[in-house]
Order: sequence, then structure tokens, then C-alpha cells
Amino acid sequence: MSMVRRIQTGLFVFLLVASVAMAVVLWQLRERAHERLLAGQDSAPTQAPVISAEERATLLVANDADSSMQPRELTLPLPQDDGSRARVILGKLLDLYALPDAAHPVAGGAAGIGQVFLLPAENLNGPVAGSVRSVGPAEASLAAARGATAGSLATGIKGGTVARTADGGPQLAVVDLTSAFVASHPSGIAAETLTVQSICATLHANLPRVTQVRFLVDGQQRATLAGHADLTRTYLASDAGPTEGTNP
Amino acid sequence: MVLDAAHGGDDGGGKFGSLLEKDLTLALSVRLRSLLAARGFAVVTTRESDVAVAAERRAEIANHAAAQACVSIHATQTGSGVHMFVSSLAPQDPGRIAAWKTAQSAWVTRSLALEGVLNSALLQAGMNVTLGRTALPGLDSMVCPSVAFEFAPRGVAKGERPTTALDDAEYQAKLAEALAAGLLAWQAEGREP
Repeated sequence: MSMVRRIQTGLFVFLLVASVAMAVVLWQLRERAHERLLAGQDSAPTQAPVISAEERATLLVANDADSSMQPRELTLPLPQDDGSRARVILGKLLDLYALPDAAHPVAGGAAGIGQVFLLPAENLNGPVAGSVRSVGPAEASLAAARGATAGSLATGIKGGTVARTADGGPQLAVVDLTSAFVASHPSGIAAETLTVQSICATLHANLPRVTQVRFLVDGQQRATLAGHADLTRTYLASDAGPTEGTNP
Repeated sequence: MVLDAAHGGDDGGGKFGSLLEKDLTLALSVRLRSLLAARGFAVVTTRESDVAVAAERRAEIANHAAAQACVSIHATQTGSGVHMFVSSLAPQDPGRIAAWKTAQSAWVTRSLALEGVLNSALLQAGMNVTLGRTALPGLDSMVCPSVAFEFAPRGVAKGERPTTALDDAEYQAKLAEALAAGLLAWQAEGREP
């Protein structure tokens, strides 16, 4: 009996010592990993933060009551890069639509704009005929690749915005919406068309070189915005100016 | 005449409380088909029940029918009254070979004329009408005078809040009557020398 008790006591002491030893080893490994992590980071500030200057922007704001769009001037801190500017301006437009008393209510706000790519429009297949033009499913992606690598003075895709061209030619804006924004968008031809047109018109009003606009959702082509407005088309931004409703 | 009740089957379209767009469009299509048949029109519908019909198939049905007019019926909770749309494709020479996705471009001028006639009929019936251009799958492939007809809750006047529910039988009957009158006027216009 006492033999068994001695063995149990010995086993308990052994396990206790092993547990303490493992805890010590794990603590030391954690400390070493933490030190390696800190050593790999350079926390010294090497670049001063850029504070964007406030500039005037024109938003073409949709109104469901009479299916019209009205220009609205705002002063916003805008980055110098055109792609970033487009993203900030469209974000502000969607913020207005997310307000409780919005005339064209759409939930989501600025988070609905994933990215905005600006590409040379002439890189696409020839001149655009008509208000909208058919483009194959992979063409936007191909154009994005071409614009980022072959566009004159293209700066490459980084940080959610891109590709500035310095040739002064017309540009194609590829607006990447988020699936959350699309999922919460009201269904209907009028509502969806107004959203598309106000985005196109706002882009053209602030970046006049943007003459064509295409839409992606989470980086992928999608058939419609919320069951109606065709998102497989290339829209002519210059056609989507302010409108008056045609109610009697 | 071709009547295209939008959505159907798995594609419910918009959801407005307990109402589904596919049911509202079918109800108005059936009602309008009866009115037009009673007036002697040959009517082709893209669906007569709750079945899914692809946008391409809808355009195929319309194009095979060689119709005098195609009306794609939609419903929405946004805005008020009636929204009518014609394809945003730029008008093109009818003599050119049409691409499938832009076939409507040769008919845009006639579609705008149809929209004008239907607008007059709806205004005469006291409806609040908004006109516009849109890029709508199916509509852009139709080779006939085509409009997308979207009805919202009825607004009494511009700027007022919508009052009548989308599934109100009296409202739908009034819409169908006005559309039928408009299509009758369109047919009469087509017969004029």
C-alpha cells in the first residue's frame, strides 16, 4: 500500500516539475518571438503625414421623387492622385445617400466604394459608339492590367487606387463597388439607374477626362446592380449630366 | 404586342414587405393581356405563371413575335407613380447588322415615339409619370419599339408621399386601362399613312 502511495507521489511530483518546466520554456519562446517581431519593425517616423488641402467638389445628387439629379457643391479634403480623389468624392456621394433623410436612400455610405481605377480609355477596343457599349467579361480586368503596365506614366496599382496617365487623353474609370453596398441597394429600374448615372456624372464633373465608366462588384463583373441596371456595360460619363424630372 | 412580366421563379425581383416584384408584374401583365385581347390585339407574353425566364429568352420571344410594341413590366417601392424607360443605346442606322446586346439601337427612335404615346395616355389617366433612359438586360436586345414600364406606389402629385399600395387592385386596373389605351393609340398611329 505504501509502495503504491510512493509511486503516486513520485508521479505527481514528476508531472508538476514537467508542467512548470514547460511553462518556463513556453514563456521564453514567447519573449523571443516578441523580440524578433519588434526587431523587424522600424517604428521611427520617416514620412510626414500628408494633409490634403480642401477643395471644391461637385456631386450630382439623385432624387427619387422626380428621378432627377442636381449638382451640389461641397468643400472636401482631396488627395492629389486622381484615383484617390475619385474614391473620396464618390465616397462622399454615397455618404449623402446613407443619411436618414436622403432623397435617394441607399445604405452603406462611403464603404460602398471599394476601389476606383483610372485607365486610358483609348486602350479599349476602338471608339465608343452610342451611350453604352458592350464589353466582354474579362475586358475590364485586361484593361486594368494594360493600364497599370503600359499606360503612359502609369504608377501602378497600390493601396486601392491607381494609374494616372499623363497623356491628357480620355480616361476609363473602373468603379469597384462592395457586395455589401450592392446587397443593400433598393431594387428598381429608376433607383438603380439613378445610382449609376449619379456616379458617372459625379466622376465626369470632377475629373473631366473620365469619359467612360465601368462597374465591378468585389472585383468581379456582375450582371446587374440590384436586378435591373446593367453592370456589364461601359457607360459614357458625359451623357449622365444633371437632369430634370419629367413629371407633369 | 409583347408583354414581358419581369422576373419570375427563383428571381423574385424587388421585395417590398410581403410583396414580390415578380407577382406584381405578372398580375399587371395578365390584366393588360386581357384588356388588349378584348380590343382585338394579338398578344404574346413572356410568361403566364411564376416561372424563371432569362433576359435573353425574353428578347428572343419578343424578336420572334415581330411585335408592334414590347412592354417590359416592372414594379418598385422607390419613388411614386410610373417610371418609363427607353434603352440608353444611341440610335443607329437600322440597315446595319445588329449585335445581340445592342440590337435595340436601331429601334430607339421608334421606342421613344412609343414612350411618348404611352406617356400621353398615362397623363390623361391622371398618372404621375417620369421618363428616362436606362441600360436594361433584355430590353437592349429587342428589335421592336420597346419600353420598360415600372410602376411605383401612386403619388397624388409631384413631391407628395406615395399613397396607393402596389397591389391595390383598383390602381393596377387603372394602370392597365391607361396602358391599353396608349397601345391602342400606338396601333392607330402605326396605321396612319
